[in-house]
Order: sequence, then C-alpha cells, then structure tokens
Amino acid sequence: MIKLTAKMPFQNLLPLRIGTITLSDETPAFMTLIDYPDGSEAGVSEALKKAHRIPLAALNRTTRHAENRCIWFGKNHLLLGPEPDEALAKIARLTDVSDGYAVLRAEGKDIEVALARLVPIDLALSHFKIGHTARTLVHNMHAAVIRVSNCAFQIIVFRSMAQTLMHDLMRAMRSVDARASLLKR
Amino acid sequence: MRLICPKCGERDLKEFYYQGDALALHRPDPSAEPKLWDDYLHNRDNPTGVREDLWYHEAGCSTWIVVRRDTTTHEILSTEIAAIRKTSEEGAV
Amino acid sequence: MRLDRAGLIDRARPLRFTFDGVSMTGYQGDTLASALLANDVCLVGRSFKYHRPRGIMTAGSEEPNALVTVSPGQGQDPNVRATTLELYNGLSAESQNRWPTLNWDLLSVIDFAAPFLGAGFYYKTFMWPKAFWERLYEPLIRRAAGLGALNGTAKDKTYEKANAFSDVLIIGGGPSGLMAAIQAGRAGLNVIIADEDVTLGGRLLSDGGEINGAPSEEWLATVKSELAQLENVRIFNRTTVTGVYDNGTFGALERVSHHITDRPKGLVQDCFWRIVAKRTILASGALERFIAFANNDRPGIMTAGALRSYINRYGAAPGRTYTIFGNNDSAFETVLCLQEAGLHIAAYVDSRSDTTITGDFPIFRGAVVSNTAGRKNLQSITVRHDGGEDKISTDVLAVSGGWNPTLHLSCHMNGRPIWDELIQSFVPQGGAIAGMVYAGACVGHMSTAACLRSGSENALSVIADLGAKADPRTLPSAEDRPYAIKPLWSVASRTGVRAWVDFQNDVTVKDIEQSVSENYRSVEHMKRYTTQGMATDQGKNSNVTAMAVLADVNGWTIPETGTTTYRPPFVPVSIAAMGFEGAGKGFAPERFGSTHNFMMERAAPLIEAGLWYRPSYFPQRGEKTWRESCDREVLSVRNAVGVSDISTLGKIDIKGPDAAKFLDFVYINTFSTIPIGRMKYGLMLREDGFVMDDGTTARLGNTHYLMTTTTAAASQVMCHLEFVHQCLHPEWDVSLNSVTEHWTQFAIAGPKARQLLNTVLDEPLKDVQWPFMSCGAVNVLGVWGRLFRISFSGELGFELAVPSRFGDSLFRILIAKAEEYGGCVYGMEALNVLRVEKGFITHAEIDGRVTALDLGLQRLLSQKKDCVGKTASARPGLMDPERPSLVGLKTVGTVKQLTAGAHLFNEEDPVKSAYDQGFITSVAYSPVLERYHGLGFLRHGENRMGERVRMVDHLRDIEALCEVIPTVAFDPGGERTRD
Repeated sequence: MIKLTAKMPFQNLLPLRIGTITLSDETPAFMTLIDYPDGSEAGVSEALKKAHRIPLAALNRTTRHAENRCIWFGKNHLLLGPEPDEALAKIARLTDVSDGYAVLRAEGKDIEVALARLVPIDLALSHFKIGHTARTLVHNMHAAVIRVSNCAFQIIVFRSMAQTLMHDLMRAMRSVDARASLLKR
Repeated sequence: MRLICPKCGERDLKEFYYQGDALALHRPDPSAEPKLWDDYLHNRDNPTGVREDLWYHEAGCSTWIVVRRDTTTHEILSTEIAAIRKTSEEGAV
Repeated sequence: MRLDRAGLIDRARPLRFTFDGVSMTGYQGDTLASALLANDVCLVGRSFKYHRPRGIMTAGSEEPNALVTVSPGQGQDPNVRATTLELYNGLSAESQNRWPTLNWDLLSVIDFAAPFLGAGFYYKTFMWPKAFWERLYEPLIRRAAGLGALNGTAKDKTYEKANAFSDVLIIGGGPSGLMAAIQAGRAGLNVIIADEDVTLGGRLLSDGGEINGAPSEEWLATVKSELAQLENVRIFNRTTVTGVYDNGTFGALERVSHHITDRPKGLVQDCFWRIVAKRTILASGALERFIAFANNDRPGIMTAGALRSYINRYGAAPGRTYTIFGNNDSAFETVLCLQEAGLHIAAYVDSRSDTTITGDFPIFRGAVVSNTAGRKNLQSITVRHDGGEDKISTDVLAVSGGWNPTLHLSCHMNGRPIWDELIQSFVPQGGAIAGMVYAGACVGHMSTAACLRSGSENALSVIADLGAKADPRTLPSAEDRPYAIKPLWSVASRTGVRAWVDFQNDVTVKDIEQSVSENYRSVEHMKRYTTQGMATDQGKNSNVTAMAVLADVNGWTIPETGTTTYRPPFVPVSIAAMGFEGAGKGFAPERFGSTHNFMMERAAPLIEAGLWYRPSYFPQRGEKTWRESCDREVLSVRNAVGVSDISTLGKIDIKGPDAAKFLDFVYINTFSTIPIGRMKYGLMLREDGFVMDDGTTARLGNTHYLMTTTTAAASQVMCHLEFVHQCLHPEWDVSLNSVTEHWTQFAIAGPKARQLLNTVLDEPLKDVQWPFMSCGAVNVLGVWGRLFRISFSGELGFELAVPSRFGDSLFRILIAKAEEYGGCVYGMEALNVLRVEKGFITHAEIDGRVTALDLGLQRLLSQKKDCVGKTASARPGLMDPERPSLVGLKTVGTVKQLTAGAHLFNEEDPVKSAYDQGFITSVAYSPVLERYHGLGFLRHGENRMGERVRMVDHLRDIEALCEVIPTVAFDPGGERTRD
C-alpha cells in the first residue's frame, strides 16, 4: 500500500549558520492548544502535571520537564512535545495544532542583537529571562518568542511562514555579522 | 506610542489594532429604538481630553483592551481587559 | 592648507578622494569638508535660488551650503552634507546645482536678476496664463532651482531598522552628556548615549581646553574608556536622534557604513533605530548662529566655532589671513586658536563697544562688518565703525552671532521654547516631553564647567527618580567663563544689497521685510512666504535670526514673535532608511502552503490571496495562454475529476458549551440545530448590517464546531469573533482557535470524485454514505483526516483534510490518480470559472457594501433569534427595493465579452453616472457553455430577468449588449452535486 510521507516545515532548510548564530528546527512531534473554562485553571494545571509532569505556565512564562513544555500562548496555552494524555482532554479543551506551527531555535552570541532588528520588545537577559515568553512580532509576523538559554531563543510562527521567518532572521544575521566583521578589521 | 497590555505589559503601538470608542461594548437591545442603534453604530463625539477606546492586541495575546487616554497630552491613563470590564458592568446592572 | 599640528586626524593614513573629478588627498579622521579646506577648496556649491557661489559654513549637521552628491556603487546619494561625511579612500563627490561646472555656472546670471526675484516671486509671476504652469514655468523652475538629484538607478545598498530599550537615553555626547552618562552608568542604569559625531566629546573635540587642570583629551579618554567598560552603557556613535514620539519613543538614524570603502556583504548603509527610554537627558548642545550683513554668504565666511573645529580638530586652515566678527565672548576663543596655529589675524570686529577683547591685532570695538567682496572666495571685508569705514583684506571671516540651544527635540510634542534674555536665544520649556530633562548648552549653560555640572545634576535627579543609587564623586573642574552677549541680528546695508539669513533657501533680510510689507507678519506666514527654514537644514542656524529680524521689522519683541513649529526629523532621513525593510520580501510574510513545492515544480503562476500564494493554473505543454490551461482544467472537473488545494480558507475551531449559541449569534442562520456530522452554509454580517463573510461550518461534536472563512477575510473574521466573545458576551464559555495551518485541505470535484477519493481512503465510501453536506473522520492511507461532502464547483465534491505534514505527499498521490482518470489538478482560475458558472459568491461580490438582501440570501436570516447585524440590516436604506441585487448576465450582441468592473445602463439611457444601473463583479468564460457568464448587481435585478442592459467599460473601452439571466448558469437544479 502507498503510505503518506511527512514533511516538516523546515525540512531541508535547517540547520544553518551565519556569523555566531545558528538556526535549527525544533518543531516537536506534537503541539496542542489547551483551553479551559474560567475557574478550572487549578484543575487543568494539576491534570497536566499528572500527565506530563508540568504545570500550566503563568502569564508570559513557560514550564518544562525534560522535552515536555507548556507555553503561555496569549489566550491559551501551547503544549509542546508529548501527545496529550486522554485524561487531560476530560478537563481541558484540546486542539491539535501539531502541523499548525513551525518552531525554530536561534542560538549564538549575537542573537539578542539580531533579534533587536526584528522583535519590538526588550529581550535583554535582565528583563527577559530564561523561560520567559512573549506573544509579539518578528518583523511582520505574529509569533511567540521564548528565551531558552542565555544565548538561545525559540521562535514559534505559523507553519506557512517558516520561510519568511528564515528570510527575516537571515537578513538580520547577515547585518549583525557584517558589523562584527568591521570590528575585526 | 506605547500601550500597556494588561497581560503582556508595555508594547509598541504596532502590535495593536484600533477599533474605536469603547461604547462598542454596550450593544443595544435588538428592539431598542433606531436612534440608540444609530448612536451605537455611527454617531461619535470627537472630544478633546480623556476618552476610552477599544484596542485589540492583535500581534500579541489577542486580548481586547479598554484604553483610557488623554487626546490632548497623549497620556495613557489606564488599560483594562475588555472582558473583565464588561463582566463587572453586567454584574453591576 | 594643512597645518602642522596634531588634531584628531591620522596622518599615517592618507586617503585619496575626488571632488568634481579632481583628485586630492586627505587623512583618516577628516570629513569631506575638512579635507576640501585642507586642499584649499573654498567654493563647494551654488545656492538654491540665485546660484551664488558658496563655501563651507559650519562643521556639523546644520550645514546649509556644502551639500554634495556621492555615488558609491549603484545609485546615488544627493544632498549629503560634506561637513558630516567622513572621508574614505576612493570617495568621489560632486558639487550640486551648477551647470556646466561649479566654477563656471551659467545660471549664476539669475543672481543679477535678483531684484526681480524676491520673496513671493513665484506666486506673483507664474500666475497666468494657466496652461503655462505645467508646460513652461514648472519645468523651468525645476531646472533652475534645486539641490542634488537621484540618478535613476536603484541602489545596491541595504538598510535596516532596529529596536533598543534603556532606562535613560542621553542625547548628545559632549561634556554634559558624558557627565550624565558616567553618573547614570555608575548607578547601574541601562544607558544609551547617542551622538551624531563619529566619537564622543562634542565641542571638546574642537575647542580642547582643560578639565581637572589637564588637557580635556585626557579626561575624555578616561570617561570614554570607563563608559566602554560599563556593560549597562551602550554608546551609539554616528547616531542622530531625529524625533520624539509618544510614551518615551524616539527615532534615531545611525549612519553605519557611509565612511567605509570595502563594505562587507550584508552591511547596511543606515540603521533607523526605535529607542524606548524611561527617561531622557537632552544634552544636544547649541548651534552657532550667523549675523545678517551685506554679502555675508561668500565662500570663506564661516561660523567662528566651525573655524576652530577645522583648525583644532582637523588641522585644516581655510585661508591665510583671518578676520573675526562677533557680538559675544565665545568668539574670543577663535583668537587663541588662530594664534596657536600661527595664523594671521587681520582684524577683530566686535559689535560691543565695551568688549573685553585684547590682543596684538587690530580690534574694532562697537563696529560691524558692513559688506564683503570677492565672488568665488572672500577677498575683503568692510568694517563700519564710529570713525567711518575700513576695507580689510582677508581670506576668512569667522562670524559669531551667539549660540542657539539645540532644543528641537524638546518641541516635537507641541512644546514651545521660552526666550532667555541672558543668552539672547530660546531655551526649551521644562516638562515639554514627559520624562525628558535638559542638560548643558541646550538649556543655556555655555561654559564647560556649567555643562559638566548640569549633566551631573540632571543625571542624579533621573537616578533618584528611577530608584537607583548614585555613586557621587566630585565634579571635574573646568573653564567657567561667563558668556556675555549683546544681540546683533542684522547690520543695516545699502538699499539693494542683500544680507542672507537662510543660506540654503536664499532668504535675505529684504525678503523678510517684503513679507511684512505685504502683511505676512506672523512667523508662520513669513516662513511660508519667504521659505525661511524650509530647506533640508530646516533653518538650524537661521531660524532664530529670522525671527529676530521679523520681530524688528514688525516692531515686536522676539518672545511676542514666537517660533515656528519644530517637527521631526532633526536631520534628513532617507526614505530608504525608514522603508527598506518593507521592500521586496520584507513587505509582508509570504504564506506558503504544504503543496507549494508542487506548484513550483508544475510552473504554476502564483497569485496572492491575502498573504498566501496560490496557483493560478497549471500550464501543460503546448498551452500558450492561461485561458487554454484554465479551459482544460474546467472541462476536466466537469467531465472527470479535479483536485485543488483549498487549505488557505480560514478554519476556526470552536469549542465549549456555548459554541452553538455563539454561532447562532455571529451567523444570520441557525447552527445550534444541525446534527453532529453535518455542515451548513453560513452568512455573517457586520453589526452595521452589511455582509462580512461567508463559509461553511461543520458540527464535529456536541460542543465542537469547525468554521471556514474565505481566505482573505480569515484574520478579520477571527478578530471579529474575538470581539464578539470578549466584548459582547464574555459570559459565554467558548474557545476559538485558528487551525487553518494544521490542516491541508483538498477539494476533489467531478463525476469521478468518489472514485478518486476511494483510492486514498482506508475504507472506501459507499454511495449511501456521506450525503451532501455531511462530514466526519476518515483514515487516509493510514493517517487520520477529515472528510467534508461539499462543493464549490457544482460537481459531486468532497473536501479532504489531513495534517499539513502529509499535504505534499497526499497531493501528489491524488493528482497522479486523477490524471489516470482523465482529471487534473486545477488552480484559482478554473476554481473561479466553476463557481461563477454556479453563481457562487466570493469577496468580489461581498465587497463590504452588500446586504444579504442584495445577494438574494435574505431568506437565511432567522427570525427566531438575534444576531450581529440583524437590527441594522432591517434599516429602511438597507431594505430599499431600489438597491441593486445580484443577477447573472450574458452577452446577446455582437460583442461577446464581459468585463468585471464594467457598469450597467439601460439600453436607451445616456451613459452617465446619474443613469447607472449597477456593475459587474465577476466574469468567467465558460468552456462548457461556450460563452461568458457574468455576475453583477443591478437595480431591481431580481425582477428584470430577460431584460437587456448595456455593459460599458470605459477603462478597457468595451461595450456589450447583455441579457439579465439567473445567477446559476450551469446545472440549475443542482443534480450533479447531489448525485
């Protein structure tokens, strides 16, 4: 029988490196939006903890355990990594968006400088610490930006905009790299 | 211009969509007289000074926000989640 | 002439450059202006209106005269100020506004016609005959007047924008700004210090002097190295803060690479910064102003401060014999500077009789410069004093009329400056910008010590204000001379001899007088009548003088006269710097679906739909026009089967106990009553009663629906639904999520649709299964998907959705199979023909001005419930039977073509807008019907079946006789869909 083959949003496009910055694909196997009625937050958080060992993330924050992560996503939460446990579906409204988003990791010494060209919020480590997230813009794209380490961010955009995200990031990376090469002269 | 999103914090204007007067929260009863509907849909004052508008944090958390601002000084006086305002008003009625 | 003294140029690094084709040498650290002066080039440009010879007048961004065109690589930059253009190896600059050459400018004859060309000359002269304006006057004026030009070639440069955030933004890196930066930096605040010069220092770089008893360079070096080491301080060199905006937002232009010969790939020319700061310290210094006297615009006449910059900083002497003319004590420093450089001072002219200047050179107290001579270079000045007039030979005249605080940024939010008698100039108004304080010369502190003190004090107040802790140390000591000034704005001259105020726009004292005499007395009127301050320098060193002259002519005081409005940008900002990121692919995200690669492989021309790129048609070998491909695709669907990617339609997942109630409220028809596994067409109104969007919504579970929207309206609908939920009914428990991108969805349509579908379904459909408008889950080659029985083509149709990662794979399989069945993949053109034949509407019809009634869909409106737009849609104007309604059209005359956008008229009526009967919204050539089918809105349309109307398309010059027919042209009974 013929089988369908899967193609991921950054397939054959990543990883790549310009200057000090490397882009790589971190689109997980499963992505699930978690909605719930007002007042049931504690119960959902408990169920999430039980099923995937992470509580619901607070406003502008993320939670993680191993590869499982919960991201505050503006009007709801996004669960990255695991296939959601059925028990969770009983208390929360789950929407499968595993193929709805592209998740990119941007890492390197100059990443903050590069993102300053695209993201209109202050991403300095003193304000935007590891595990912080923001719903904001990356150039013209609606995105979620998450700091995952001192010099790495995850950027989540709609799947269809994966190439535009790369285009915009690469332009900023080239500019930052060119400036850095001036200093070396 | 910068607005304080009650969820996300202070953000640049370009993340927001502007709707107009916050009276949009007060949809008249379907059977209300035409003048009330005209006032709701179309008739707007253009006051100087303090006013309330609805903004949508479109490129952010998708929250509709009531913004109080002064049109003469451009000062943002307060921002509030529209759903909470609406709920508290309904409760008051 | 290059002086043999240190300065801030690197003599070990000579640089070759050309000016008007002549090769010269300068040094690293020069500006083009300093290098030209060092090469004894005095004449650098021609004035805007009179083509007067002009030289370098200042040493900063306020320069009105020395504008040049540079063209590194492709494209060219006109109107670049030579005074801020850093010299680099290979720089090639051209002078402007002269023909054929700078030295021999034929248009300089205009200067001799000047008596006829005063202010308002254009308004009075070029009035009639009217037709002459476009054909003669304007081209003439454009040729004669003006600045540099573009060369018509696109640039090969890139630009960027960037964001920066800080606790404190310090604007200006002179003594005040540096002192503020060091204090704020030591207190641990996040500091940005921005300065337009290549390095920090401000006037210290030109005037030297002593700080803490040692040369100021030493203090400067210490401060710079401490700032560089502070991680919380960012230094923005070559960066001009150009504008102030609401809530602590600032625009700033960084000139990144204008000074670099071999630019690394990717390096931008400029970066336009958006800086957000909690507090701002404006330490922008002051600009030296001129004095209006007869023929004060000759090359060789410059501000005294500029002369000191050229001599001290650049070691460039613009001449051999120097004279100085001033009305204030700051001009004294020029003497010291010239003497240290061993240059000859021919005279010192001070308008104050009580001046304290002393020296071993001729001093004229209580005297003025009343005229000058020398056409292309200053040769002499005439000094008028109590004892008469003296003519003195000189190359260079340094002028100081006093200093104007650079307060522009304080006025960008409607602030008005205040007149300060002590310094005879305007100072910024306190509190004009929320969070901004003023330090140093920009608020009238003229000595170095006062600037240091003021910078420190302001920083301390900001530090306290932000709750940080200051690290107080003793202030450095420095020169603290008083700044004594007695106003002198203009020197009376013989009738007919012009004294310049605004050099860039050629505005003279006489022009201001004329403006008043013609009753343009207010400062805003005078500005527009004379064009004072309206050139690219925005009157930086002329506005205050112009206001003073105006005040004098009017007999008013200067505060009574007031100032004009200061607006951003402070220096010219190229459109490229602000707009480049929006060019090309930066304009908007490009949304590519999962089958994008397939479209490209099949060479399908793409069409934009919202942000999406969709295939227009799929050309096959031998097909020469889009119509051939489109016709084939349409016939394939009608006769066999077609497959099309329709994933771009918005898909909104709606869940929650109130989902049904919510849908009933946003749609005019009812969704709460449809059973699970069924779907329905829905029409959505705006609250004002007009149609917003349409689409189908499927019930997937008891409290779970899936709404589809049109492609381009998806985000608008989402915004609307969120509004309804959050602002009108927050009490309803419903969750709205876009799942557009998660699902790739294909339309499979045609008589063989079921047959094709069954090749990919794990459990093939039987005829009785999946009746029209039913939906549910299916397994597609081992993958869980969704199937909808729906048709936008009028054929037996399905829409099959799978997670997007499988989209490409499934598409290829389906198309290969379809081709085996005599079918094909079809694009947007065929899709459009199929829907037009069936009279289905899109946003060509739903154009924001139509009602459900206009569309013939009023019957959908449920009378049993309220919904968005229901009340307003019942307004008399929206229910007016005179409103055009949707009809079909076909041609019946000799012209067989219909065009979208054409208007409709009654056969006998004149073709005038008063007789307009409606217009055509969509047309398609139907290969099945072998004719054009049109959809359009026509007055009383529904009652006019069979009538004839004229279609008139003035744009394409097509006129056709049409018959009004039903909208549905193919399979009116809908049997094929329901088969």
